[in-house]
Amino acid sequence: MTPSLEAVGLTKRFNSFTALDHLNLKVEGSKCVGFLGPNGAGKTTTLKMFTDLIFPSEGESFINGISVQQDRKRALAVCGDLIETPEIYPSLTPREALEMSGALRGMRPEEIRSRSAAVLEEVKMTEWTDQKVGRFSKGMKQRVNIAAALLSDPEVVILDEPSTGLDPRGMAEVRSIVRGLKKGHRLIFMSSHILSEVVDVCDDVALLDRGKLLFADTLANVSQRLGGNTRSVEAEFAAPVEDSVLANEIGSLPEVASWSRADARRVTLQVKGGPAEQARLLRQLASLSMGLISFRESRSALEEVYLREISVGDA
Amino acid sequence: MSADVAPARAGSLPIADGAIGTVPGTIAQAITLSRYQLRDYLRSRRFVLMIAIVVAVGTILTTLVAYYRPVGLIDNANNLYGSLWGGGAAFLILFAGIIFGGDAIAGEFQNKTGYFLMGLPLRRVTVYAGKYLAVLVASVVSILLFLAIVVGNAVFYLGVGAVGDLGQLFESFALALLYLLALMGFVFLFSSMFKTSLYAVLVVAVLFLFGFSIIQSVVLALTGTEPWFLLSYVNQIIAYPLTGVPEHVARATIGRATITNYAPTYFEGIAVMLGYFFLTTIGGLLLFEREEFT
Ligand SMILES: Nc1ncnc2c1ncn2[C@@H]1O[C@H](COP(=O)(O)OP(=O)(O)O)[C@@H](O)[C@H]1O
Ligand SMILES: [Mg+2]
Repeated sequence: MTPSLEAVGLTKRFNSFTALDHLNLKVEGSKCVGFLGPNGAGKTTTLKMFTDLIFPSEGESFINGISVQQDRKRALAVCGDLIETPEIYPSLTPREALEMSGALRGMRPEEIRSRSAAVLEEVKMTEWTDQKVGRFSKGMKQRVNIAAALLSDPEVVILDEPSTGLDPRGMAEVRSIVRGLKKGHRLIFMSSHILSEVVDVCDDVALLDRGKLLFADTLANVSQRLGGNTRSVEAEFAAPVEDSVLANEIGSLPEVASWSRADARRVTLQVKGGPAEQARLLRQLASLSMGLISFRESRSALEEVYLREISVGDA
Repeated sequence: MSADVAPARAGSLPIADGAIGTVPGTIAQAITLSRYQLRDYLRSRRFVLMIAIVVAVGTILTTLVAYYRPVGLIDNANNLYGSLWGGGAAFLILFAGIIFGGDAIAGEFQNKTGYFLMGLPLRRVTVYAGKYLAVLVASVVSILLFLAIVVGNAVFYLGVGAVGDLGQLFESFALALLYLLALMGFVFLFSSMFKTSLYAVLVVAVLFLFGFSIIQSVVLALTGTEPWFLLSYVNQIIAYPLTGVPEHVARATIGRATITNYAPTYFEGIAVMLGYFFLTTIGGLLLFEREEFT
């Protein structure tokens, strides 16, 4: 069976405030879908309705075609999830917490033992296996939570900003764990407000803002579609670039649609066309003998869109 | 993936594709959950607190008996049990219910442990029943310790022979268990009503320690009717197997005033406790089923 998650008209109102507004979204197949949106967009609200922590005001959510609202037990059986930062009974150890999860999921004792060891290793908590969770830091608890979500080797994984509460190194580790998950036959639905995280680990992206889905597509399509026929490139030179040089020599190159100055030595150029034009521009800039020291795409297309779409409402 | 799936078990769900394991039935899950919950209770400070209360009450009663050596108590097992056990059990059960049960449901929201449990493939009733079971066992363990102290006193004054006629004590213990069930239903109802443990604990404690006795006096004074509907009234039947059943309605005339005193009958007591147990337990469950982990 193809793993899938589907929201049909999923809506959540808190009194008169609409946190999620008629979300219609279906994701399926073995891949990682990033659920991207700024803080307060409604990501956690959505994921809580996929795990039956809260109830929709309207609409329904499905995991592998099974309604979460009608049969949470059957729907969640194939699913490992981590929403916000749950707490484990403080006097239990990671081993016991995983034992409990595994037993409730109907795993056999040998399975629980071997999988516990594997997932604790994966989240680098092996040496804490028999220490009480109550004394752990937030980051350590979150690692155990991640381990618990992966314990049954689930086909659908729902993660709500899994790297929150972790230090930068921990965040990087979580990203690599999520990337590792993609090897299996598995659908990963991960929320994040950090664009680079989504670009880094996901195949698809669904962008949510103020409770509304703006779009959902593959990262490749988003880049192509939203990038249009210009892309933004930043060039840095060894010495300050004079205005006249910038306007006459750089701005007049056929590949440059427009230009702006970032600072004395750095300029941002909008490049017409695709990679071929970008390569030609690089050659030409280099041949100007002005001491070009770096040349790179300044923002991904998705980043452009994220900032553009999200900032519209802020005005 | 479906190759290493466990064989289906009775009462379990026929789905296992996509994850290791076949999710067990609701009752099996509730028992599993209660085992880990109980483990948490037995290691917790609240268990130490409960044991300390039991030991303190047991010590006070033991000391009083040892000091005064009241005739009629130290030479009669049932009287001794009636005074010590009959007097202390309901009080200690109230403490156990509040200490273990007060935050049973509210704490899942307040401490966010519910987010861990509710992500698992189980019904909400499983969490409710699992916690109920754990509170029940932790309370019974505490109460049994008190019972042991009481029986220890009997053995000391009357010899091992006195332990032979434990039938009535056992009946009294069974009624105490029924009271525990009813009280826990009540505690779980309030625990489900609030998302803050302290409120649940306070409401139950205040009701039982003051509220009900005030209601009882007011009802008696104003209407002269029997307060049969109060748990704190019907729990008197716990001591009946040991002390005998008092007159249901006793009227005493002092001067020109007639004072009416009520004592619950067995039937009343058992019926009211069962009623509380079912209504409050189900009411609490219905509240919990609708509560959101926001
Ligand atoms: N229990 C609640 N009561 C009222 N408003 C809420 C509640 N939970 C969330 N919200 C509001 O709903 C919006 C979406 O929240 P959330 O889903 O947590 O956002 P995200 O996870 O994307 O940061 C926010 O504006 C938040 O304030
Ligand atoms: Mg969130």
